[in-house]
Amino acid sequence: MKEMLIIIMGAVLANNFVLVKFLGICPFLGVSKKLDSAFGMSCAVTFVMVMATAATWPIQTYLLDANGIGYLQTIVFILVIAALVQLVEIILKKYVPALHKSLGVYLPLITTNCAVLGVCVLNITESYKFIPSLVNSFGAGIGFLLAMVLFAGVRGRIEYNDYPECFKGVPSTLIAASILSLAFMGFSGMIDGIFG
Amino acid sequence: MEEKKNRLSILTNGIIKENPVLVLVLGTCPTLAVTTQAVNGVGMGVAAMVVLICSNVFISLLKNVIPDKVRIPCYIVVIAAFVTVVQFLLKAYLPDLDKALGLFIPLIVVNCIILGRAEMFANKNSVIDSALDGVGMGIGFTLALTAMGCIRELIGNGTIFGLAVTAGHIDPMAIFMLAPGGFFTFGCLIALVNKLTNGKPSKNKENGCAGCPSAAACGQAQGNEGGAQ
Repeated sequence: MKEMLIIIMGAVLANNFVLVKFLGICPFLGVSKKLDSAFGMSCAVTFVMVMATAATWPIQTYLLDANGIGYLQTIVFILVIAALVQLVEIILKKYVPALHKSLGVYLPLITTNCAVLGVCVLNITESYKFIPSLVNSFGAGIGFLLAMVLFAGVRGRIEYNDYPECFKGVPSTLIAASILSLAFMGFSGMIDGIFG
Repeated sequence: MEEKKNRLSILTNGIIKENPVLVLVLGTCPTLAVTTQAVNGVGMGVAAMVVLICSNVFISLLKNVIPDKVRIPCYIVVIAAFVTVVQFLLKAYLPDLDKALGLFIPLIVVNCIILGRAEMFANKNSVIDSALDGVGMGIGFTLALTAMGCIRELIGNGTIFGLAVTAGHIDPMAIFMLAPGGFFTFGCLIALVNKLTNGKPSKNKENGCAGCPSAAACGQAQGNEGGAQ
């Protein structure tokens, strides 16, 4: 249980995927303009991350590694993720239309989100077991959600401020992200402090 | 891309006018993550350039064979294959660089610069033009990463490419080697580019984000015909 807590706290706060590990920056910069869409996108990402880990971990362990073809990892993972996203979309559309309505628009766009492929590869390189892998993916998703929602709030305020012309748009967003990332660095010693 | 462009302009386009990182703001994840040292920036840039050139050439060759409806998965498979090759080469000949770049080597697959160029350029143009486009965009990417790496290494560690510059004279600000410094440097660099181009970055966004399947959600491609999906 303690191990799980360490993993999840690490993934959400200390090693936040967006602000510390630089994964999934594109949606972080692009979709964080409105709180609703930021929240919807993050929920979809969390969902796909856990599903993708549940699919890719057994494939790596029982299929690729068992046959000594672990080097096909990149190709197999990206294809599995792409297929999985399609499948999830079809299933949701058919059986859970309400959920499809809220998450549906974001699903096809997640295939090329590097956070999803990133978490699958990380689980393998960190050689987590199956359950810790799932926990790590879930934590990473929650961390993504936290960063997106926080940043959507920050961005809402930047828009109305007066700053130099050349900083309009992406640069001001990046500098705000830098300050938010600075705040998240405060968590880095926390895990050892609590559990160490 | 209907009008005939001469080959030189295809090559130089990616380096300055449509620099994928600083003007089109693509491929931000590797730009921020690996540029803690100038050497890593160069390594990442060259690795991505090799993949970009190979995938551009290959996709341009196959443009009449790949069915339109499944083109994105086909591109991804082609790109993933070349990424695996590059991963092997790095592991064999440059193990230190491989360790430094780590996770971001397999993540070249989902780098939107590469998929974007496949969708926007390689599947409409001849093999030679596509190769040149890959070289130009690759050099642009490498230059931007190297610049980022130099700035962060200089301020964060007092060195450039491992050579001491201000080290020993000025206390380095280690924060520039960490995540916040990455965001900050990148923001300032883009602002600088905006300033130099009189605050009007290239309007030709068609070459950029629209090629990324996330374009529609991102909202960066608004006004264009939308994403690939």
